[in-house]
Amino acid sequence: MRFTRVAALATVAALSFGIAACGGSDDSTESSGGEAKTFAAGSTMEKLNKAGSIKVGTKFDQPGFGLKGLSGKPEGFDVEVAKIIVKELGIAEDKIEYVETPSKVREDAIVNSNVDFVVATYTINDERKKRIAFAGPYYEAGQNILVKADDAAITGPDSFKDGTQKVCSVTGSTPAETIKTYVKDVASQVVLFDTYDKCVTALDGGQVNAVTTDNVILLGYIAKNEGKYKLAGENFTKEPYGIGVKLEDTAFRTFINETLEKAFQDGSWKKAWDDTAGKFGAELGTAPTVDKY
Amino acid sequence: MNVLIDRFDVFAGGFWLTFQICVLAAIGALVLGAVVAVLRISPVPPLRALGTAYVTVFRNMPLTVVMFFAAFGLPVLGSNADFLRIPVLDQVFTRLGTDLPYFRFALIALVLYTAAFVCEALRSGVNAVSPGQAEAARAIGMTFTQNLRFVVLPQSWKACIVPLGSVIIAMIKNSALIGFFGVVGDLSQSADQLTSAEGFAFVPVAIGISIGYLIMTVPLGALLDRIERRQAVAAR
Repeated sequence: MRFTRVAALATVAALSFGIAACGGSDDSTESSGGEAKTFAAGSTMEKLNKAGSIKVGTKFDQPGFGLKGLSGKPEGFDVEVAKIIVKELGIAEDKIEYVETPSKVREDAIVNSNVDFVVATYTINDERKKRIAFAGPYYEAGQNILVKADDAAITGPDSFKDGTQKVCSVTGSTPAETIKTYVKDVASQVVLFDTYDKCVTALDGGQVNAVTTDNVILLGYIAKNEGKYKLAGENFTKEPYGIGVKLEDTAFRTFINETLEKAFQDGSWKKAWDDTAGKFGAELGTAPTVDKY
Repeated sequence: MNVLIDRFDVFAGGFWLTFQICVLAAIGALVLGAVVAVLRISPVPPLRALGTAYVTVFRNMPLTVVMFFAAFGLPVLGSNADFLRIPVLDQVFTRLGTDLPYFRFALIALVLYTAAFVCEALRSGVNAVSPGQAEAARAIGMTFTQNLRFVVLPQSWKACIVPLGSVIIAMIKNSALIGFFGVVGDLSQSADQLTSAEGFAFVPVAIGISIGYLIMTVPLGALLDRIERRQAVAAR
């Protein structure tokens, strides 16, 4: 019963979206809200709404979240969340320009106005809050460990403490910094590459025993290679994913927060998950509470 | 700019690791390059062909590709480059002896690549020695090895020391690539860690690592200039 309601809602939303797209972006009326889009003068929302187009930073290489495939457009949970926000701004879906923002350039992309906002498996933390602001979280991931399916030696992060097991992660990422606190000797136990694919290659080749990062990314690899890998134990950190906007743009942040809360309520958030990362068998859990700091 | 002081340990650690791999790679490349140069000027055609083939392959392939082959090709062949875990040496250069093979892989790639250029620098020095010298040595009955050892190489050394130095300086700068192939904690990879994981602004960090590389390359360059000046005097 509940499912059909969600589906119906999504259909109505999709239909009205199509009509809105045909009629141009100015007169778009939204099905769920029903009101025309007017925003406070001078706000980012008004500017974007008038311009009728938007630049969204996301990842292009993250299965389930933002993966650019043969269609030429990135697909995944992050992309769907971006679409929910963009729709609320009264901008047509095909007017979104996706900009690739790998972990290293996310802050710079926001500060330099290369993108209007970033949805890219972007963990909220205090270091980053110094340069940009976060709306959300819209999802709470956690760090976990990927090992070969027949590996019994690694059961959690504490397995690295004796100094024999080797682990791979990605340069400059939060999980890489976290795992460094668990290992005995960084020089002989930690390998860092620029992509997780290289880490998984090293795992296959036996140079490392494990790959560590957020559970959802690892689940993507488990889903792609049935029966080859498994997760070792439970998540051992909490990684709340937020949406990055400019540091001083509180109005835009509040707007995104409200949009997210609405999406948690009306089911579009859950649908976005079920269509993308949910297919890997990852648990969505209950909606996180947005942090309106 | 506070990052330069607050995180001095990171820069110092990065400098030390980059310095280690550069020393090892320089020794390796000079030895291998000399061997290939001897092959290229040897009187035996198959050996000459071998030397030429080596230089053609490694001088014309991007270092990134060589690194890729070393870091991801050798494991496929079942090698973790364990032959480089040389006793005693791995006590000084601890990374040589770790279970993680990526330092050794990067070292192999740097040596193979740089050796091609070392070979060409040495050969240019040999070519600078007038052919009459080698012919005279042969005329008095010296073997190929004696000829090289007592007549040609001592004279060619002077002409090739400066180009050799340039090759080594280029190698030091090329070593910035190793951080992208699994070596954790070299100079340029430290920059990555400071900027993206710890959120420091990019420019001060970039200045910091530039200073690190300059500490290695500038004295080497100055030394070469001195040698060159001395040679100019000697040649007068």
